[in-house]
Amino acid sequence: MQLIECPWCGPREEIEFHYGGQAHVAYPQDPSSLDDREWAEYLFFRDNPKGLFKERWSHAAGCRRWFNAERDTVTYQFTKVYTEQEKGPVAR
Amino acid sequence: MSTDTSSTGHAPFRTAEGGRIDRSRVLEFRVGGQTLPAHPGDTVASALLANGRHQVGTSIKLGRPRGIGAAWAEDPGGLLQVEEPFPEPMLLATTVEVFDGLAVEGIPGQGRLAEVADTARYDTRHLHVDVLVIGAGPAGLQAALTAARSGARVALVDEQSEAGGSLLGTTDRLDGAPATEWVARATAELAGYADVTHLQRTTAFGVYDDGFVLAVERRTDHLGAQAPQHLSRQRVHRIRAEHVVVATGSHERPVVFTDNDRPGTMLAGAARTFLHRYGVLPGTRAVVFTTNDSAYAAAVDLADAGVEVAAVVDVRQEAPAQWAAELSARSIPLRTGQVVTGTRGTDRVSAAVVARRDGSQAAEVDCDLLLVSGGWNPAVHLFSQARGRLRFDAGLGAFLPAEDLSGLTVVGAAAGEFTLAGALEQGRRETRAVLGELNLEVAAEDDLPVAAEAFAVQPPALLWFVPDPDGDSSRQFVDVQRDATVADIERAVGAGLRSPEHVKRYTTIGTAHDQGKTSGIVATGILGQLLGRGPEAVGTTTFRPPYTPVSFATLAGRDRGQLFDPVRTTVLHDWHVLHGAVFEDVGQWKRPRYYPLAGEDMETAVLRECAAARTGVGILDGSTLGKIDVQGPDAGEFLDRLYTNLMSSLKVGKVRYGVMCSADGMVLDDGTVLRVADDRFLVMTTTGGAAKVLDWMEEWLQTEWPELRVHLASVTEQWAAFPVVGPRSRDVVAEVFGIDTSAEVFEFMTWRDVELDGVPVRLARISFSGELAWEVHVSGWYAPAVWERLVAAGERFAITPYGTETMHVLRAEKGYPIIGQDTDGTVTPQDLGMSWVVSKKKPDFVGKRSFARPENQRADRKQLVGLLPVDRETVLPEGSQIIDFREDGELPPPPVAMLGHVTSSYRSSFLERPFALALLKGGASRHGETVHVPVGDDLVAVEITGPVLVDPEGARRDG
Repeated sequence: MQLIECPWCGPREEIEFHYGGQAHVAYPQDPSSLDDREWAEYLFFRDNPKGLFKERWSHAAGCRRWFNAERDTVTYQFTKVYTEQEKGPVAR
Repeated sequence: MSTDTSSTGHAPFRTAEGGRIDRSRVLEFRVGGQTLPAHPGDTVASALLANGRHQVGTSIKLGRPRGIGAAWAEDPGGLLQVEEPFPEPMLLATTVEVFDGLAVEGIPGQGRLAEVADTARYDTRHLHVDVLVIGAGPAGLQAALTAARSGARVALVDEQSEAGGSLLGTTDRLDGAPATEWVARATAELAGYADVTHLQRTTAFGVYDDGFVLAVERRTDHLGAQAPQHLSRQRVHRIRAEHVVVATGSHERPVVFTDNDRPGTMLAGAARTFLHRYGVLPGTRAVVFTTNDSAYAAAVDLADAGVEVAAVVDVRQEAPAQWAAELSARSIPLRTGQVVTGTRGTDRVSAAVVARRDGSQAAEVDCDLLLVSGGWNPAVHLFSQARGRLRFDAGLGAFLPAEDLSGLTVVGAAAGEFTLAGALEQGRRETRAVLGELNLEVAAEDDLPVAAEAFAVQPPALLWFVPDPDGDSSRQFVDVQRDATVADIERAVGAGLRSPEHVKRYTTIGTAHDQGKTSGIVATGILGQLLGRGPEAVGTTTFRPPYTPVSFATLAGRDRGQLFDPVRTTVLHDWHVLHGAVFEDVGQWKRPRYYPLAGEDMETAVLRECAAARTGVGILDGSTLGKIDVQGPDAGEFLDRLYTNLMSSLKVGKVRYGVMCSADGMVLDDGTVLRVADDRFLVMTTTGGAAKVLDWMEEWLQTEWPELRVHLASVTEQWAAFPVVGPRSRDVVAEVFGIDTSAEVFEFMTWRDVELDGVPVRLARISFSGELAWEVHVSGWYAPAVWERLVAAGERFAITPYGTETMHVLRAEKGYPIIGQDTDGTVTPQDLGMSWVVSKKKPDFVGKRSFARPENQRADRKQLVGLLPVDRETVLPEGSQIIDFREDGELPPPPVAMLGHVTSSYRSSFLERPFALALLKGGASRHGETVHVPVGDDLVAVEITGPVLVDPEGARRDG
């Protein structure tokens, strides 16, 4: 049972959180201008790196706020959490 | 419990004095029908040995006798079934404490679960500490003292009935007195610190992420009938520690030889523990077989206690000089460079066969106790659970922690520090380092007790097994619980297996209750020897939680029965119960499914309820519908982006039906939306979709559109909602609320607020049945009263309460899909025949772009249709497959092309026939055709229709 640092509530047990997939995949400005392939890439394609990964999490059973996190997919260690408004860690 | 005033309490192998047992009291317990005496402080194993019994049961495959091989949880042999006070399988004789009235049976590897419900209580407690120390032996006690003296929040847990660890089973001295006196002082000191939690009979069985440790405390197991009723039987402690200090000691391991499973064969250290802790002589004449110095102490102690030690057999050519002198002083024969090659006896060892290492000069030495020591394995289980790497230390002949882990430190014998002075010093030193990391000030006053000088240690020999003199390895037991032998490992290697993980699964070694605490490393050693590799090259199997078995009841704790999952009831629940409702579970909700009258089954009741709603008036408790209050200046814009149709254009006072899709264009949920004010909407969701839709809205609002000024709140629980449905609903609503309910004044899809005796009520003309209907919304506090008023007013029209089953039939007759029943996440609004709900005007909304994907344009997509069984009799089972019409009426041989499936199916009182909704490939263009639905062995012919079977013109909804 990992502890996850909610940017608003502090460290809480992982069962309070919901995973939201890869972070920084913005909803396209104008979906109608995308061709089918580009739209399918937005819908269905996500990175799956071994190592550091920026993800979305929601403190679903707590403050119910969404935030971003950088996590190592090998060790599960969270290296940073940051809010939607904050700038994420620079890619390493 | 009786006072020991007679000779009935006398056990023949009990020493005259000593041990940690309470000799002033005698307990009686039963083993396999025989009543035996014991003392408080005894385990079943020590009491059996005190009465001269080694055998506990028989083995699982071969039926060979199995006895007590160790003194605690590492014992692979002595499995029990507890019969009284409450049946419980697979406990160890070495860990079950004796109490008056205990009744046990030895079992052959398998027990029996209780056939009656367990009435004991189990619970859970959370504990947050700076330092968690696991193990209250010398290293752990000292670690706890150092942490406590420095003001840290400390938890000390230990699995035995009292603190002391190895000190309970030795003659070690500290500060010039028996070490147990230091243990008593240490525990007394710990008890004086407010921030120290010290738990005995508590096994830390799992180490997880971020300092999270699960420990099970056996609170009343040792008390029998004396257990206070207010205490839970067992408790799981969920401990979150800044730092974990593992001081779990070590396990002695055996050497494997032929017939090494015979009762009377025991680890040397265990015999010492039985003597010193329990005051028990495990035999009268002993042979001691060892690869290292530790067993000499057992030989000396047993001899001093009156056991005749017939021989100490040391595989090493040279004995440790100081120990050899001790043996000599007691005239104990010492045989160096020799091994035990086998045993004699039936149910108990009667002799050990001793020979030179090459097998020559074999001789039988009579004995009834054969003590074995093959070295000591640090108990690295918890370190390994925390994913710590191990290394093989050839000098110690053992696997040791090979790295420092963040947040977890191993001390004492678990770290390979086998001397008492060293363990104490390491416990203090490592804990001080931990305190520094935690920015806690280390106590100035923190003295160590002084240990007596130990004998010089002679390096141990590495010996995993003694080859059978005749080459027969089939009675050389590696795992006595699994009846797995050296021959089994040879067979595994012969089959090409190399990894210890594979060999474990092939041979089952290490898969019993003890999880290979004594056999695992031995198996690694033997495997390495067969492969010509060292143990370091072979490695160990993975150590996984739990360290010792934990019952499901304990893990469940209070989360049983009603507390397992919350039950949600509406404010009208009591009324439903009173009126005989049969309930169904909808998520966590209890909803009335139907209200049978005397003698009615579900089908009859539902036909009656449906008829009432279509011809008179019915009333439904729809309070479980999800309700979300959407407020803010941008509320209209927000809903426009999520719903497929336009919501911002809705006028205050009006209601609109809407569909929500996920970005891939598939229907997510549907429901009605009431515009309450310019900046406020009440969004109704399906019962099952309430939480999901709120999450969905929050996600888009927070992550994509934070600029929108919108706030969301669930009001599902605040508002009761009940549809009043049917041609007579107009009269009932008009009478109760005193308003004009004519179609001209109270239009379809409008709402208005009214008052009933000062209670605000919202009425909305919404219909999920196709009938004239009003939805009555009222605060939960007043809902029962308003419901009663409606029922009373409807009496003259025989108002009929109806449940979810009738609701389903009525909506299906109208072709209204239930999201999640008639859809499955692959269905678009167009597939449901609801293109009309998809806005052409809006430039974008979630899901819009996906409708243009080629996949969503295909003509053979599954589309919602109605099905009418031609025989007018068969109610198609939901989930039935649809196939092409077969002229011969026979199911063709597979593969049969499946065209779709039945999603909803009922008997209709209005249509006077059964009907169904289905998803059918290209269904929208197949109306009027006939297809087949296999039901059991028959093919049922069904006519495809549009999904709306009742009142397609919509005339009925205006009454």
